[in-house]
Amino acid sequence: MTLLSVEGLGIAFGGIKAVHDVSFRVEPGEIVSVIGPNGAGKTTLFNMISGVYRPGAGRVLLEGEDVTGMAPFRLAQRGMSRTFQNLQIFQNMTVLENAIAGFHLQERGTVLADLFNLPSSRRRARQAEAGARELLARVGLERAADREAASLSYGSLKRLEIARALAMRPRVLLLDEPAAGCNAVETEEIDHLIAEVAASGVAILLVEHDMKMVMRISNHIVVLDHGEKIAEGAPAEVSRNPAVIAAYLGTEEAADADG
Amino acid sequence: MPKLTVKSATLLVLAVLIAVTPFFFPSGYYYRVGALIFVNGLAVTGIVILTGYAGQISLGHAGFAGIGGYACALAPEYLGLHPALAMVLGAAVSAVLAYLVGRPILRLKGYYLAVATLGFGILVSMVLNNERDLTGGPDGIAVPELGLRGVLKDWGLNLSNGQFWYFFCGIVLLLGAWIALNLYQSPTGRALRALHGSEVASGTVGIDVARVKLQAFVISAVYASVAGSLVALQNKFITPDVAGFMHSIEMVTMAVLGGAGSVLGAVFGAGILTLLPQALTVLAEYEQLVLGLVMMLVMIFLREGLLPSILRRLRGRGE
Repeated sequence: MTLLSVEGLGIAFGGIKAVHDVSFRVEPGEIVSVIGPNGAGKTTLFNMISGVYRPGAGRVLLEGEDVTGMAPFRLAQRGMSRTFQNLQIFQNMTVLENAIAGFHLQERGTVLADLFNLPSSRRRARQAEAGARELLARVGLERAADREAASLSYGSLKRLEIARALAMRPRVLLLDEPAAGCNAVETEEIDHLIAEVAASGVAILLVEHDMKMVMRISNHIVVLDHGEKIAEGAPAEVSRNPAVIAAYLGTEEAADADG
Repeated sequence: MPKLTVKSATLLVLAVLIAVTPFFFPSGYYYRVGALIFVNGLAVTGIVILTGYAGQISLGHAGFAGIGGYACALAPEYLGLHPALAMVLGAAVSAVLAYLVGRPILRLKGYYLAVATLGFGILVSMVLNNERDLTGGPDGIAVPELGLRGVLKDWGLNLSNGQFWYFFCGIVLLLGAWIALNLYQSPTGRALRALHGSEVASGTVGIDVARVKLQAFVISAVYASVAGSLVALQNKFITPDVAGFMHSIEMVTMAVLGGAGSVLGAVFGAGILTLLPQALTVLAEYEQLVLGLVMMLVMIFLREGLLPSILRRLRGRGE
């Protein structure tokens, strides 16, 4: 069954169509990338799917259930997780606590148990901590566990955010530019991580500017320009598509003109 | 293991302070001041949970203190409850009211809670001032004796009134601190701190932000209510001032001054703001002026609050 399907999604801000009539599907274990020039509406699309914005048109289906415009925490409970282009880290907590926060749905219990430090509360916290340490090791941050999250480098924070998203054991994972600001080595690590997660059956939706990475790991690519889908298909097809090439070169010329 | 030490260290420091300071009291009067600090510390510990952990601001918590205080005056008279049970009833009423007030507001982002709680506090204060037949109006109302001191006396522990309230409030403060520290490291506490850090990210990890905020609000209301009850029982008298706007501001100021993120900081802030006015009485009409100046300086130069800033300096020197 299709894990995530997006049907005719659209939104307008002050009369301007930021995203218009975009449809695609993501199957379990598949990596689907959304690409397009700056301002094409990729992050807006992400924000609609993940419940940050309520779409003006269309539907989002999670395993067949209509979840359009549902609050992010409800989507999380249904197995959707995401990372952010401009990082949403709990800066007031340690690296380890950030990762543990990802286990919220698994570790939460009754407030009374937490207030009185009952064994059930301690057990849940312990399990979450063990899981979090494991995940930190997986993204190479185990030695930074007790540091303040705010003290990490940008690339490390990116990986921490992925670890936190993975802690939820999502079935659908939305990654918004996971490799932005990372060096070549870090990008490759993130590459492997994403491929590994997909191999475990998670449906992954990716926005990424690093074209080499996108071409390498995507099963399927959706191309947006001015908020509309102009092409989709396997990486090789998309990279040969004249409309895609025109969109990219066109905006680069426009960008030069702006500069 | 370091988490465990923060908790036990805080409790140890508090316990030692409570036990040892009386040896330095020049007179019995200081037991009263000490008890007042502990009661304020308890209310401020509730603010730490709401503001320090969850990042929400309430400007009406004195309203809950008022409910706790007047419960101890009214429930024994009208319901025939023992004052101790009246305290529990007050806490329950405060919790329910906090739930009802907080539920619609905490769904909204921003400073709506501050404004709505401000209104709530004023409302409680107005009711207490105006319902003369029930509350005695601005003149206040008598509160019955808790009676625990007499029980202790029967057991052979003979404490003066001041001593009894000093140690009783100290023990309640320790209990309150223990609960707040439990919460800090617990899954719920982590969710509270997470939403303080980023509401957007909290949502994506499945935290029901509105619900968790409401939990923090209700818990902190219970702290304020119990503190109000203790004040009433200790003084055997209560006036609507306990629910006044200034008292709400005082609670927030104590928390922010001491360091809203830490329980020990809160008690520290409560201590300073309880003692400072007493020390500044020599300045007569300039008291408020100096008090305001001290607070401004702390906010400008020690933004995390006194205690965290001092600890950071000490640690920085050690390295």
